[in-house]
Amino acid sequence: MQRRRQAGYGTEYGTPYGTVAICLHWLIAALVLALIGTGFAMRRTEIDPALQFSLYQWHKSLGLTVLVLAALREIHWLVARHPEPVADLGPIERQASRTTHVVLAILCFLVPLSGWAVASTSTLAIPTLLFDVVLVPALPLERSAAGETFWSLVHAWSAYLLLALAALHAAAALHHHFIRRNAVLLRMLGRPAAGGSSGRARGGTRR
Amino acid sequence: MRYRTGPMVALAALLCIIPALLCPVPALARTPALSEAAGTYDISGASQIRFSVDQIGGGGIRGRFAKFSGAVRIDGRKIGASTVSFTIYPQSVSAAEERIENFLRSSAVFDAAAYPTVTFRSTAVRQTGADAVIVDGMLTARGITHREQFAVRLQKLGGGTIAFNVTGNVYRSRYRMDVGTPIYLNVVKFDMDIRAVRR
Repeated sequence: MQRRRQAGYGTEYGTPYGTVAICLHWLIAALVLALIGTGFAMRRTEIDPALQFSLYQWHKSLGLTVLVLAALREIHWLVARHPEPVADLGPIERQASRTTHVVLAILCFLVPLSGWAVASTSTLAIPTLLFDVVLVPALPLERSAAGETFWSLVHAWSAYLLLALAALHAAAALHHHFIRRNAVLLRMLGRPAAGGSSGRARGGTRR
Repeated sequence: MRYRTGPMVALAALLCIIPALLCPVPALARTPALSEAAGTYDISGASQIRFSVDQIGGGGIRGRFAKFSGAVRIDGRKIGASTVSFTIYPQSVSAAEERIENFLRSSAVFDAAAYPTVTFRSTAVRQTGADAVIVDGMLTARGITHREQFAVRLQKLGGGTIAFNVTGNVYRSRYRMDVGTPIYLNVVKFDMDIRAVRR
């Protein structure tokens, strides 16, 4: 089974992430950045009201897209092969990496779901029309000012946590690439690491 | 003689009342005709200026204006020569909550700071019934003027006051107020109960 799953993902040490995993990762990353950008912009008090309305609608459409992509990513994670951590990671690093990835995956659900809850509890009752095409129903929650305030807080703080962890995750990838010179970043770019093991591919030849 | 006919009168009266009771109520209260309402009237604060914009999936924005003014002149001999002028102050808009009101006043919709009034001046009145007319006129909002049409029905007349119901649909995109489409429909439905007092 494991051998069969590996077959579709290139060589064992070269590109451990498949095209699907790589595409989902970068698509979600780009959307999360766009969502954080629109999220901060639309909450500015001096923003043009028409632009603010438009940004809210884009934010909702992009957020629900992340929710769908995060679900696909989890399904893919469950059925596809789990790439091994690169070899030069210590046990503490492995634990930190695993924890960060699990929390990031959870937040990719919690942040859009809490945002959907904001739209569903808001007394403004503005419909969610995905990309101006598909009407998305509200979650079965009661509309109230208190509910809207609560879910807005959950949404904001889970988003800040996601932003912080994404920054940590990106910093770690850059650290591995430029300082440790291993394949952590390259394999998520779909580039086969030069040489033998995925762990010491670059570091091994240059150190 | 008078004493003996008493029961007959009572019976006759009863026979007269029965058909009246069986008749539908509007037949009893005759709708006043416009021709009887000749004169010039000032629109009073008792009027209700309601509007609504439907949203996709049901519901929508319901609002009203608290501040407005206007005059109606009814030409008794030639209803078609009658005129209407009406001014709404969009700063006075009210809706379900303050956030909606502020949005409606903002540059996204009425831009009440730059354009404090929405005006209507009739250009043609066409009688469609004894108590009904279609009024054409020029509506100006956000500095943009378009021809619009409203259906007017006379409801009450008497004691120097006149009551109309006015309905009409306006496409807000014509006035650069199409923010929120297609979530909110382009059509603004007006439903106004106008009360006016004779000068």
